[in-house]
Amino acid sequence: MTITKEHILRLLEEVCDPEIPVLSILDLGIVRDVVLSNPIEIIITPTYSGCPAMDAIAIDIKLRLAEAGIKNTTISYVLNPAWTTDWMSERGKEKLLAYGIAPPVGLASRVNNLLFEEQTHIVCPLCKSNNTELISEFGSTSCKSLYKCNDCKEPFDHFKCH
Amino acid sequence: MSTMHFSKNINNVLHLADSALILAQRNSEWCAHGPILEQDIAITNITLDLIGQARNFYQYAASLINSTNQKNETEDTLAYLRTEREFLNLLICELPNVDWAHTVVRQFLFSSFQQQLFLALQENTDDAIQAIATKSIKETNYHVKWSAEWVIRLGDGTLESRERTLNAIEALWPYTGEFFTNEPTDMMDVSLLKKAWLDKITNVFLEASLSVPENIFMHSGGKKGVHTEHLGFILSEMQYLQRMYPGAQW
Repeated sequence: MTITKEHILRLLEEVCDPEIPVLSILDLGIVRDVVLSNPIEIIITPTYSGCPAMDAIAIDIKLRLAEAGIKNTTISYVLNPAWTTDWMSERGKEKLLAYGIAPPVGLASRVNNLLFEEQTHIVCPLCKSNNTELISEFGSTSCKSLYKCNDCKEPFDHFKCH
Repeated sequence: MSTMHFSKNINNVLHLADSALILAQRNSEWCAHGPILEQDIAITNITLDLIGQARNFYQYAASLINSTNQKNETEDTLAYLRTEREFLNLLICELPNVDWAHTVVRQFLFSSFQQQLFLALQENTDDAIQAIATKSIKETNYHVKWSAEWVIRLGDGTLESRERTLNAIEALWPYTGEFFTNEPTDMMDVSLLKKAWLDKITNVFLEASLSVPENIFMHSGGKKGVHTEHLGFILSEMQYLQRMYPGAQW
């Protein structure tokens, strides 16, 4: 069997983020390249510097490929260019919303970090209202902030634009 | 363990790693003790970013040490098996926690410095340093925003929050001079960062109706490995497991 890049990418589509299991690592945009060398090199990048899921993801990639008979693999990490939510697939954003996490809105380059300014019009994943407000810029994982819906009163996670 | 002597730049990479790690270790003391749940989560998220940045710098330092000195260092040996005099972190990072005002003022002073530093290091000729700076600055921007908002909230808040913020500034300001003192091993002239840093601090302090201290004595020594008595206590706690059970792994 000749191993193609497409074949490997199809297998990587089945490797999910351990913290957000509805998203594949391709949806998340953390797979930067696949190099058909010997061993086959999978190049990934962390979402945040301290992301504790990276080691688990690296193991999951090796396991999934090994199950498919591709055993000679190596995982390498790159930091530059830095990961951004702009790399998240549209399908990934839809899956996030269906899972109950409001997906990132707009381009990361428009995040201005002005004091006391918060991103508005984040849609509540439960009742779809956009009458929502920020509770905290930091949530249950590095990549999320915490919002609440003023209509259905439920708190929810927002995958922040980064 | 004998004291390590490394060539140019390796000490600077270790200094960057050590500052991030030691402040992370201090901040982690807030875990489950934050004033409210959301802010407990915020400070520990910031701490996690700092640990990530420290890991990236340690991994790079280890690769530099191993390629020039034929050693077998890892991020773990550098964090867990060096002694006080070998740690090169800024002194401000090791000072004990006092209260929430002290924590947010320290984070604001330190993160604003990191922001200027990473901005400059994004242009560094060393690809690895450039990559770590490019990655880190996006996180640091959040830390600056969060801590600046808290400085304003407390400085311009109640009588008590203002009093505590003033005490924190008085206690911490003498440790900010060290940000801008150069060591021969530094990969850039850090004194160049002072103006932009001071402008940022001044603007936020103004908004918080606080004033910037002037002409006061500044401590230094951290970048040379000369520390306050507090670092030893941090290391004894942080390194306990590796000292007690050498080579222990998860």
